[in-house]
Amino acid sequence: MQRIGVFVCHCGTNIAGTVDVAAVSEALKNEPGVVYSTNYQYMCSQAGQDIIKNAIAEHGLTGIVVCSCSPRMHEATFRKTAAAAGLNSYMVEIANIREQCSWVHKDMKTGTEKAIILGKAAVAKVNLNAPLTPGESPVTKRALVIGGGIAGIQTALDIADAGFPVDIVETKPTIGGKMAQLDKTFPTLDCAACILTPKMVDVAQNDKIRIFSYSEVTDVKGFVGNFDVTIKRRARYVKEDVCTGCGACTEKCPQKKIPNEFNLGMDNRRAIYIPFAQAVPKVATIDLDHCNMLKNGKCGVCAKVCAAGAIDYNAKDEYIEEKYGAIVAATGFNPISMDKFDEFAYSQSKDVITSLEFERLTNAAGPTGGKLLRPSDGEHPRTIVFVQCVGSRCDSCAQKGKEYCSKICCMYTAKHAMLTRDKYPDTDVYVFYIDVRTPGKNFDEFYRRAVEEYGVHYIKGMVGKVSPEGGKLMVQASDLIDNKQLRIEADLVVLAAAIEPDRSARPLATMLTASMDTNDFFTEAHPKLRPVESPTAGVFLSGTCQGPKDIPETVAQAGAAASKVIGLLAKDKLMGNPCVAHSDENMCNGCSTCENVCPYGAITYEEKEFRMPDRTTRIRRVARVNEAVCQGCGCCTVACMSGAMNLKGFKNEQILAEVDAICR
Amino acid sequence: MKVSYYPGCTLRNKAKELDRCARECAQILGFELCEIENWQCCGGAYTSSTDEIATKLSSVRALKAAGELDRPLITVCSACHNVIKRTNLAMKEEEFAGKVNAYMAQDADFTTPYGGETEVYHYLEFLRDKIGFDSVKEKVKNPLTGRKIAAYYGCLLLRPSKAMAFDDPENPTVLEDFIRALGAEPVIYPARNECCGGYVVLEDKDSAKRKSATVSESAKGHGADSIVTACPLCRYNLMKSGSELPVVYFTELLAEALGAKEAENG
Repeated sequence: MQRIGVFVCHCGTNIAGTVDVAAVSEALKNEPGVVYSTNYQYMCSQAGQDIIKNAIAEHGLTGIVVCSCSPRMHEATFRKTAAAAGLNSYMVEIANIREQCSWVHKDMKTGTEKAIILGKAAVAKVNLNAPLTPGESPVTKRALVIGGGIAGIQTALDIADAGFPVDIVETKPTIGGKMAQLDKTFPTLDCAACILTPKMVDVAQNDKIRIFSYSEVTDVKGFVGNFDVTIKRRARYVKEDVCTGCGACTEKCPQKKIPNEFNLGMDNRRAIYIPFAQAVPKVATIDLDHCNMLKNGKCGVCAKVCAAGAIDYNAKDEYIEEKYGAIVAATGFNPISMDKFDEFAYSQSKDVITSLEFERLTNAAGPTGGKLLRPSDGEHPRTIVFVQCVGSRCDSCAQKGKEYCSKICCMYTAKHAMLTRDKYPDTDVYVFYIDVRTPGKNFDEFYRRAVEEYGVHYIKGMVGKVSPEGGKLMVQASDLIDNKQLRIEADLVVLAAAIEPDRSARPLATMLTASMDTNDFFTEAHPKLRPVESPTAGVFLSGTCQGPKDIPETVAQAGAAASKVIGLLAKDKLMGNPCVAHSDENMCNGCSTCENVCPYGAITYEEKEFRMPDRTTRIRRVARVNEAVCQGCGCCTVACMSGAMNLKGFKNEQILAEVDAICR
Repeated sequence: MKVSYYPGCTLRNKAKELDRCARECAQILGFELCEIENWQCCGGAYTSSTDEIATKLSSVRALKAAGELDRPLITVCSACHNVIKRTNLAMKEEEFAGKVNAYMAQDADFTTPYGGETEVYHYLEFLRDKIGFDSVKEKVKNPLTGRKIAAYYGCLLLRPSKAMAFDDPENPTVLEDFIRALGAEPVIYPARNECCGGYVVLEDKDSAKRKSATVSESAKGHGADSIVTACPLCRYNLMKSGSELPVVYFTELLAEALGAKEAENG
């Protein structure tokens, strides 16, 4: 028989406000096995933990029930407490009487009744608990960063700086991400390329970092400390280690009319191309879809002009397999498609552009060499209308756009407006907004400068319609403060499109078994206290894949993710989870059901010799669990028809005892 | 093919042409409009009424009548179409449907409750999705070649887009495709989906006139020789605003192209 101690926490008024904690500790005193029961204001505090430790020593407790908050919050805390007092950690059970009881009930009577029932269930379970010892697993001291934008770059640099090898996997031919496409950065107006490209070079030159560009992760197996990852290296038809990046091929290729992704299709590139001058790695890539040689074997110009002999038309996609201890998701964002926002005539006029297109139009390396010219006729625009919140903060009923605030648009629009007025003072600039949101160091000052010093017309209200008329854009809008309808004849309309996670994030999350919110942003393990960790152990989050962020925030989060990775890789061994599945060979009938439902591939079958009662031997096929791979999800225990499969710490008998206690 | 047909009150007086042509063309195109019995006003005229149930009852009865014959329900008037489709969507919500059915249970002939089962089409939508503009094109006897026609949508035909589920209200194509099928050239102009002034004409004639004039001037400015619409109220407002362009119903245009008159005469 166990000797169980019950410790009921008030959690200030969080629990005690709706649950009569004294009544709970009193009621649980009479449960089978309970020899001690008490309550205290904050059980997780040092004093509270001392109460538990002292009680273990004084009453010779063999099991503990803490009636408190969710086990996600403090199970680890109380397990440590028990271990410090010499009790096996797995003899501790948490009854969640906060999130699942006091917080959801208003009435003291029902709250108390339910808390007692939850406590009884936990006591019934502890009666059947057995000490468990976690196994150890080694840590592969290498990290994988998925995505090579500023987030991935910073994370990789910080991890490499601590001495651990890092691989960056980037789907594009170069690292750099969205930041490489930006012209200036707010609120300091320093040039994006000037601060980003040195970091890209650092990555290229760091011998701890490998870049797999034009590549993608296709499979992830394993668990924290021991991930097995398959990376597909798409054929770029140019030998990366031979190409010198001279660019001769990109000038001679006869396929000239391919929309240039880097400039968002506002100019053209060749079928063999280097995305931009500072690309890393600076090697050419052949676009399979447009290359004549690869499509029908006619051409071969690039091979002829390549002095280094780097062109290889026979290249094939390669798959490489690598082991990693930690994985960082840094898959970034994209502006949303403007298809559903045709009131702004994006599909009808070349002079309606997105803010990212505006960045390229003002960038010295952009399609116009940095001169702000209308895409339709190359004229200098005299009146520019910026529309904020296009697709951000949308009503969920509208079935278009996003409900959230994209966070960066107010600041970059202020930047665009200010830079336009600075460079072209003869231009009239209007900004339509719902609210101007500029929290952040030196952000509001920046916005006010746009209004006060640069004379940008900020108008509270939304644009209802943009219609191309006679080479101009008629903008119909409302001015909510003046309560007027406005019609502005504009030359250029710039839409601050909402941002959304990159499409690759969803399939990646599935591979990583990392959770996502309804908008496909990765979910953090705790919104306040664990913001750079995914709930899946060993998977970390960097940059906008977790939520909209500007550059300073992204860099800060990237560094934080790196420090978490370093903390993990610095360990030589990880304690495993002892709550894993175990098969009773005598009951197993070898049906394979468990093997089929196991999401981790932890179950295999083996032929084993059994001695029968009549002293003969028989060979039977039985399930075997690889404890290092098992994550303790419990699928197999539910699927097993003969009841042979059991989860340590959550045995069928324990669960049923809990149910019995609740129904009693 | 037989389909249930809901003409609506305006089609009985001000917009007789809209109705007559719709019926004639349906025959030529191979479907029969079977007018439902004892229909009442769709409710479009009670927009300012505060009772959300009473205003919808007549629409629900029409929907139910079509549903009992297991036929889709077709409307031509933009306003009827708008009210009936929105009502049908509302009837798919359990709480609202419960209230309406409780009301109707007091009818002497009430049999089963209605839950939004009937399919509702605008005549144009039916042509596009069920008959096909290609088939319409094949039946055209008098192609309207050389005519430049401005499609005028107004606001009720496509909005709210979630309920109408018909075309993109900001950049619609259905009327333009219809015009092309008849052999004419559609004129795209910015005001094609602006409001004509609607019922505001009852309160403030000048305001409605300004709205309508914007539409007809925009169409004229873009080189149109006529305006086509599906809505009797839009047509009324456009004509009253002194539009220099003729304003015709889409069914009139269809009848002309299909040679409906000739078929009748000879």
